[in-house]
Amino acid sequence: MTQAAEATPPADVQVLADNERCGSDYMVDVIKSLGFEYVCANPGSSFRGLHESVINYGGNTAPELITCCHEESSVAMAHAYFKAEGKPLAVMAHGTVGLQHAAMAIYNAWCDRVPVYVLLGNHLDASERRAAEWYHGVQDAAAMVRDYVKWDDTPHSLAHFGESAVRAYKIAMTPPMAPVVITLDGGLQEHPVSRDHRLAVPRLTLASPPQGDSAAVDELARMLVAAESPLLVADRLARTPNGVTLLVELAEALQAGVIDQGSRMNFPSRHPLNQTQRGAAAVGDADVIVGLEVSDFWSTVNGLRDQLHRSTRRVARPTAKLITVTTGDLYIRSNYQDFRRMQEVDLAIAADGEATLPSLIEAVKRLTTGDRTRVFQERGARLTEASRAAAERARVAASYAWEASPVSTARLCAELWTQIKNEDWSLVSSYYSPDVGGWARRLWDFSRPYQWLGHAGGGGIGYGAPASVGGALANKKHGRLSVAIQTDGDLMYAPGVLWTAAHHTIPLLSVMHNNRGYHMEAMHVQRMCSARDRGIDRGYLGSELSSPNIDYARLAQSMGVYAEGPIENPNDLAPALRRALAVVKKGEPALVDVVTQVR
Amino acid sequence: MQRILLALLMLFVVSGSSRTTLAQQPTAKQIEAGAALYRKVGCFQCHVNEGQGGANGPRLGPNPIPLPRFIQYVRKPAGDMPPYSAKVLSERELGDIYAFLQTRKAPPPVNTIPQLAP
Repeated sequence: MTQAAEATPPADVQVLADNERCGSDYMVDVIKSLGFEYVCANPGSSFRGLHESVINYGGNTAPELITCCHEESSVAMAHAYFKAEGKPLAVMAHGTVGLQHAAMAIYNAWCDRVPVYVLLGNHLDASERRAAEWYHGVQDAAAMVRDYVKWDDTPHSLAHFGESAVRAYKIAMTPPMAPVVITLDGGLQEHPVSRDHRLAVPRLTLASPPQGDSAAVDELARMLVAAESPLLVADRLARTPNGVTLLVELAEALQAGVIDQGSRMNFPSRHPLNQTQRGAAAVGDADVIVGLEVSDFWSTVNGLRDQLHRSTRRVARPTAKLITVTTGDLYIRSNYQDFRRMQEVDLAIAADGEATLPSLIEAVKRLTTGDRTRVFQERGARLTEASRAAAERARVAASYAWEASPVSTARLCAELWTQIKNEDWSLVSSYYSPDVGGWARRLWDFSRPYQWLGHAGGGGIGYGAPASVGGALANKKHGRLSVAIQTDGDLMYAPGVLWTAAHHTIPLLSVMHNNRGYHMEAMHVQRMCSARDRGIDRGYLGSELSSPNIDYARLAQSMGVYAEGPIENPNDLAPALRRALAVVKKGEPALVDVVTQVR
Repeated sequence: MQRILLALLMLFVVSGSSRTTLAQQPTAKQIEAGAALYRKVGCFQCHVNEGQGGANGPRLGPNPIPLPRFIQYVRKPAGDMPPYSAKVLSERELGDIYAFLQTRKAPPPVNTIPQLAP
């Protein structure tokens, strides 16, 4: 373009006339009506219209745009945010490459039955596409994730968008909850519409979750009251804080043991009826086992031996009565196998667990006689002693390798607990390895619903770091102290989320569980080495994160996060945590890199 | 294996001590070799760096099960632990690992650790 041409406005400059508005402004009206506090996005031209409406028309508030460096981070943030706050976050992404980046995180949320609200940009009209809009354009954008979202739609008009956006929210939030996708045509976002064209925002009315059939609930209550050793197993049970309250009430009414499998914060960790730390023994003792929203009931009552020739065995008594209460019986898909192995049961109640608890509690209380109350009390005393002994064993186990370097994971958790136990804390990290051998759940006093946010759902690594930031984002307005035990391998998937935490001043203490490798995977390779009798000494190849060691403190510092480490002497840990916590209490993120033992 | 049993027998005859006591006096060379092997063949992946155990494997030290049972279990484990044949881990090497485990430091009394107060 010549200088003269640049200086001369083209004749067809187009701006909105006074009597016009753009379609994406209406989209923001709808999005605001749904109560989204934030929308996470890595910027993309296919949703530039909505992006602009969010920041200008919407005032960049409710929702506020959160800048992410990867769509997987956007979705994982939304995933954990929901579990801390009970409300979904919105995510904006390109219909092709953005969704491809986001796919694993959407799958995690699907497996975890967590609603994430995904808005995809796409340009449907091929006659209007710019060059980039061809490879960012797609006939059916949501097709690639349709197997693991609950619903999706591609609205063809703004009225259609309004209805589908509200419908999508309702579907996502109705148990079993799951992600949803709305594809937004670029033209629909950008083309002007007359202000005279009045577009109503549909009213949202969430559906009441389904309760169990009353006859089935009565039958379950009779079985529980008559049982000598009933066991309540909860996994994705507590959708709301009231879920914890209800499970405590049921357990105390029966003086029954509880195993909290941890996909949600279901039961206080130090409640005397909590038998989680002696889970296998508790399952073996039980004559009635009730799975409450348990994602893998087969593995709760059976075991699989992972050897060259795999074998299975029943862990529960052969005569134990097995009951399930789950929305998993209401909704299942074919392709992805997250529904797990089928377990034969004696009673299956297809209903939401939390919604069913009030009627179950009422029936149990109604059926409990004085004689049974005395039996319950004796049982409760035995379970209290068993959980006390388990807690004592955990303390003693944690004392081993106390002075060792690298730092033991038990020591890491104990030191962190010492620093936060008098605060209003929330452990926002959660995954198989960041669970650090279960030390936090064995040693800490989890009593509030937001103190434990469950797992990734689908086992997709890379969830931990962005989920921690998402959980911390939810905790921010409540003034809670968010802490994360962050594994090294997980952080390396998308470390840019540390920048997001710094940029948006999200207070979060990340304590690195830096064992310099993907040790779970190393174990699998070693298992193969053993089975094939070829020697184990090369089993680490492909699973180590060393040579060179990664300097996580400098990585964090480069993104504006206060950081210390690497710490190898366990006696240096407490002072470093105190310094980092001082930063977090000022409202900023901080990271302490701790070189740890493997698990 | 023969070498270990012979050594144990000789020590028993000489000192009149119990077998358990004798097994707690491995040489520095054994301990060093055992430490290297413990890591090299991946014991630490489940039983953790100091043999203290974890979510994936039980504690092995500082008071391991008797050596014959230890060897028997490594060869034919009952649970998920992968088997280690004599081809990849000799009995002498297992004895060295055993020596490493025997000499792990006992923890301080748990009630003396403020961070582990109930």
